[in-house]
Amino acid sequence: MEALLSLAVKAIFVENLALSFFLGMCTFIAVSKKIPTAIGLGISVMIVQAITVPANNLILTYLLAPGALAWAGFPDVDLTFLGLISYIGVIAALVQILEMVLDKYFPPLYNALGIFLPLITVNCAILGGSLFMVERDYGFAEAATYGLSSGFGWALAITAMAGVREKLKYSDIPDGLQGLGITFITAGLMAMAFMSFSGVKL
Amino acid sequence: MAQTRREMLLDPLVDNNPITLQVLGICSALAVTSSLKVALVMTIAVTLVTAFSSMFISVLRNQIPSSIRIIVQMVIIASLVILVDQVLKAYAFEISKTLSVFVGLIITNCIVMGRAEAFAMKNPPVASFIDGIGNGLGYGLILMLVGFVRELFGAGSLFGVTILETVNNGGWYVPNGMLLLPPSAFFIIGLLIWAFRSWKPEQVEAREHKIQVVEAH
Repeated sequence: MEALLSLAVKAIFVENLALSFFLGMCTFIAVSKKIPTAIGLGISVMIVQAITVPANNLILTYLLAPGALAWAGFPDVDLTFLGLISYIGVIAALVQILEMVLDKYFPPLYNALGIFLPLITVNCAILGGSLFMVERDYGFAEAATYGLSSGFGWALAITAMAGVREKLKYSDIPDGLQGLGITFITAGLMAMAFMSFSGVKL
Repeated sequence: MAQTRREMLLDPLVDNNPITLQVLGICSALAVTSSLKVALVMTIAVTLVTAFSSMFISVLRNQIPSSIRIIVQMVIIASLVILVDQVLKAYAFEISKTLSVFVGLIITNCIVMGRAEAFAMKNPPVASFIDGIGNGLGYGLILMLVGFVRELFGAGSLFGVTILETVNNGGWYVPNGMLLLPPSAFFIIGLLIWAFRSWKPEQVEAREHKIQVVEAH
């Protein structure tokens, strides 16, 4: 339990997907102009992340890893090279299913998320989460914790960024830096702030 | 055709750069630029994937039903990325370890998807191929510039060859360790955007609010 808690804290602060691995930067920069949309996107990323990482973990353990197909009578088959294509397939399918479920049972949430839901498929934070899970050999419990907490970390980062940008638009910025330029520099400063968490050990 | 092939190839370098103007493919631009060698491998990988995925998608563009086009595009892109990943693992294992998950993340690199969706679905294969190369190179240009600054001033070397002898090895240059850390990439790209936009003022974004001087009564 303690190990899982420390994994969660590490995934949220120390190894924040957005600010220390730069995953999901395209959406991070593009959708962080207003706080409400940023929160909506953050929550949907968290949900998708919390489902896809453990789902991909199951696929890896029971279908792709060397010897994983022993239950079907193929103990020598190693399908790890199919990893990328299966993960992205799972993500695309899950996002599609989530969209349909939300549309049917939670229309207010569905309307609030709108266009962001389908865009999550191409958010590198989601695929990145699954790939880190593979690279670090997480078990199922760890994968579930990692998925939820890394998604939460991403949501936290984009909400904070949106808060900064809402204030920033009133400031007098040199012409060339206007918009994209200053956003990058702000993100850099935020990343430095998040780096100070790296001393935290549990 | 509106654009000549030459324009198609050179336009994305500065005038319509994927990173500084279209805000695409930033994730990997930040993460893999701490050394030039890795940045170069990444550039080549992304350029090849963009060019070939654009070409294949363009060949199939009249057969792909629009409702499932994203999945079809994903499958084509993912297959090409698997190819790149396997080649890197076989012939450049060290670099493939350094790039770790970022090779896989080429799949979700918005440049590849963006060009497939915006260009390859409407244009013939050869033009799409050239457009893919052009955008890959535009991405590479920024990657190499950032990598150059980070490696030269952060570690005193270029492509692993020492240029500025660091203090640790008995030289005179005190390396700026911060440049090897992730946040520096944000600053360098931010400043690069500033430089690009000072050079090409038409790329400057409009202000949402104007600061006005109110006359004192």
